[in-house]
Amino acid sequence: MLDGTTAEIRERKALRVNPAKTCQPIGAMYASLGIRGCMPHSHGSQGCCAYHRSHLTRHYKEPVVATTSSFTEGASVFGGLANLQTSLDNIFSIYDPEMVAVHTTCLSEVIGDDIPMIIKKATDGGKVPEGKVVIHANTPSFQGSHVTGYANMVTAFVNYMAESSGETKNTVNIFPGWVDPSDMREIKRLAEWIGIDFILAPDTSDVLDTPQTGEYMMYPDAGTTIDELKAMGDSFLTIGLGPLSVTDAAEKLEKKCKVPGKVMDLPIGLKATDAFVDALRLAAEKEVPEDLKKERGRLIDMISDMSQYTYDKKVALFGDPDHVVAMTQFVVDLGMIPAIAITGTPGKAFERRIKEICKDVNPDVEARAFSDIHFLHQWIKNHPVDLLIGNTYGKFVAKEENLPFVRFGFPIMDRVGHRAFPLLGYTGAMRTLEKITDAFFDKRDREDPDHEVELIL
Amino acid sequence: MSEDKNIEDHPMGGGPSAEEAREEMLNIYPKKTLKKRGKQILVNSDPSTPEEIGANSRTVPGIITQRGCSYAGCKGVVIGPIYDILHITHGPIGCGFYSWLSRRNMTKIRAEGETNYLQYSMSTDMQEDHIVFGGEKLLADAIQEAYDEFKPKAISVYSTCPVGLIGDDVHQVCKQMKEKLGINIFGFSCEGYKGVSQSAGHHIANNGVFKHMIGLDDTPSEAEYTINILGEYNIGGDAWEIDRILHLCGIKIIGTLSGGVSYDEICNCHMADLNVVMCHRSINYMAEMMETKFGIPWFKVNFIGVESTKKSLRKIAEYFGDKKLIDRVEEVIASEMADVRPVIEDVKTRTKGKKAALFVGGSRAHHYQDLFEDMDMKVISAGYEFAHRDDYEGRDVLPNIKIDADSRNIEELKVEPDPERFNARKTADKKKSLEDSGFTFSDYEGMMRQMKKDTLVIDDISHHELDKLIELYKPDVIGSGIKDKYVIEKMGVPCKQLHSYDYGGPYAGFKGAINFYKEIDRMTSTKVWSLIRAPWDEAGDVPPAEPVLEEVEA
Repeated sequence: MLDGTTAEIRERKALRVNPAKTCQPIGAMYASLGIRGCMPHSHGSQGCCAYHRSHLTRHYKEPVVATTSSFTEGASVFGGLANLQTSLDNIFSIYDPEMVAVHTTCLSEVIGDDIPMIIKKATDGGKVPEGKVVIHANTPSFQGSHVTGYANMVTAFVNYMAESSGETKNTVNIFPGWVDPSDMREIKRLAEWIGIDFILAPDTSDVLDTPQTGEYMMYPDAGTTIDELKAMGDSFLTIGLGPLSVTDAAEKLEKKCKVPGKVMDLPIGLKATDAFVDALRLAAEKEVPEDLKKERGRLIDMISDMSQYTYDKKVALFGDPDHVVAMTQFVVDLGMIPAIAITGTPGKAFERRIKEICKDVNPDVEARAFSDIHFLHQWIKNHPVDLLIGNTYGKFVAKEENLPFVRFGFPIMDRVGHRAFPLLGYTGAMRTLEKITDAFFDKRDREDPDHEVELIL
Repeated sequence: MSEDKNIEDHPMGGGPSAEEAREEMLNIYPKKTLKKRGKQILVNSDPSTPEEIGANSRTVPGIITQRGCSYAGCKGVVIGPIYDILHITHGPIGCGFYSWLSRRNMTKIRAEGETNYLQYSMSTDMQEDHIVFGGEKLLADAIQEAYDEFKPKAISVYSTCPVGLIGDDVHQVCKQMKEKLGINIFGFSCEGYKGVSQSAGHHIANNGVFKHMIGLDDTPSEAEYTINILGEYNIGGDAWEIDRILHLCGIKIIGTLSGGVSYDEICNCHMADLNVVMCHRSINYMAEMMETKFGIPWFKVNFIGVESTKKSLRKIAEYFGDKKLIDRVEEVIASEMADVRPVIEDVKTRTKGKKAALFVGGSRAHHYQDLFEDMDMKVISAGYEFAHRDDYEGRDVLPNIKIDADSRNIEELKVEPDPERFNARKTADKKKSLEDSGFTFSDYEGMMRQMKKDTLVIDDISHHELDKLIELYKPDVIGSGIKDKYVIEKMGVPCKQLHSYDYGGPYAGFKGAINFYKEIDRMTSTKVWSLIRAPWDEAGDVPPAEPVLEEVEA
């Protein structure tokens, strides 16, 4: 397994090996799926759309539909105006969405297609039926990562849709980072529990985890509605979850509609969930419900019960910045030691945050943005760890190094639980802790000599 | 005549006629789209003389298509499976990321100390600066770093969309680095916008393999009967099963292009005495070029389905014409069939008359019809994702295919017989005498001739058409790919992924056929759909929940 990987780390400036990120458009496609009646549209050659749909499908095990401008060589030379206009005509005629959310690709970005101009031409030319909406986000694959693409599409929701009527409503906007439908549902559960009116945008719950009924709906009755997107401009507060994913959108909304924004970490683990619950409580001007306090208490109880197994264990983490930052804090709270945390997404803020979180437990933590899984693997060969946390692509490293491995982030293509059970909130933290200790215990049960196998742990 | 009998005779297994379904599929489309799609949806009204289909034409922008791109066809399908070449994608990160182990071309390293590079995704991860100022230096540095770190025997580079637009000369960089490092390094201009689908990438890949690998190693094989399997990608271990069977027969495979194959095997495969072609679409170019240059004849085979496997084995034996081999093949068939027969007889009792539809690839939609026929199932509709007219109508239409602008941009290599190494494995006389006895070379009759009269042929099926097909006919199983799988299953129809095999397989050869029969039996007999209704639903077909105990005893 990964037989070409040695412990000798060479500096690489040009070659990416086993990336811990992918490209922008897939994030934009995912965000668009969280709007009710929205068709994501990929403006480029059709391979991009095929790859994104395939990978999202592998992670969610759900239908993921999207359209493409299907560029050929001609369009690549002369520009994609005709292809996008034809696309809009076909999309509205055949698939009848409420909204089309166009994202670009590296091809249309390099050509320099002016999407707003094309949308205007299509609208003026009658290709966009009355009452239907076309929005766009620029998502060049040679900048940032898939998280940037998600962020850019959430910003597009604000830019195109948010309106301020002049009257502020007692509603909070919640912008989730790129999390799974089960997590979107958990965010809503917490907000509803505390008792606050909110708009969650985007919201992929009940879109990418639909029940099996024997009936397929291209646009499930779920997702943020267009009216809700418009109404975001009248809310009194925006809570953004995941700085890299939603800060831009929160700032744009503040600028456009004077809705103040508060951006915090993704509510992964104890402290980040505490911060989110506290923000909801303060916004709602309500007490935290007793049962929610009990849920938190059960998490603390589990942390305490399991602390002998987590204490001082060294952890390697990889994934998306917002995810890894929050998870690093959680493993610190579990008494574990983050040894290395990397992301493929560029940006120094990641390294600063990891070092800040680890300053008391491991000031020498290896924190790297714009890095890759190959580097992480080589580093582990030099500095052994006890646990690996990351997406499906970590399984080869885990197998080669015989490491307990907890799947976390996007994509998870070889396990099923993330679809049903949240990672976020106190329950998500309990599930994460269960998975961590299960990974340790399974390894022990499998490998301990017979005379040391423990029945009770 | 009973109603059942009617359904049995109905080419679509009941419901509206194929022509009516075609109308229903098309009537929603805007005028231009209707005209275009109309040429790609045909009723197979005369299978012996198939109608012209508008295959290998541009995808309609805005339609939900199954198709991917040229890069996917080149790197993802044809070259990607060669396990000991170090593969570098030149471009932004996405393309290299998505093509990382996502196609199930399985591989085993041959010897301790080798590296299986398929477990790695390597890319130049182009950033904005490279787009603005050019990526040639970046690529040269990446090749150097890859060499320093992994010391591979060969490096292959794949261009993505922006690389073509900014004008990086990938081939020049590869040439310079080849001279500098002294290993084989070559590039593919397989930018995603080339051609109309993956198919362009197959052609580009064939050209590159032919130019840069085929013929590099003239070591002769000592085996008596040597062949190459072209267009077999070892999804789910198919190539290993084919290898097992041929080995039992005493036939040696020099190279399988390109599944579970090594660089050295490809460099040496021109020493074989026969090329047999599995996936005609993706590799017919190679078969033709190798015949012209080295004198190796080719013919089409199919190891999917037991009847087809038997036929293919017998044809290979007949080609070599040796009684010992012909007898050995019959022994192998007899021995393998002893295992297959009880399974198929059992499975048939449940699958007979069930309806299947297949929309996949450039050969699988045809090949898998044989497996369904083995099970007495009815294929009511089929179509390829990226095939050409010859894959539907047969190779006899080749002279009549118009070369359009999209195809013209893909290089056609000019191949001449090799002055030293050309060796006609069969002299013209021998070929002729074989042909006179009904043997065919360089043949492919296409999908439509095999399909039943008045079934529906749909090229590059769109989401809407698939939706309609299910609504009208509710097939018992559909063979398709990952993007359609859950759409189809949400409609209560099981979907078998015929790209990835849903992580199962192999399905080729005899053992593969057994796997497939059992899998389709499981899928078409599953009780999971009956779980959808709860006791409180109104349909009345689920009995209300009964208490386990009528009363609790005191």
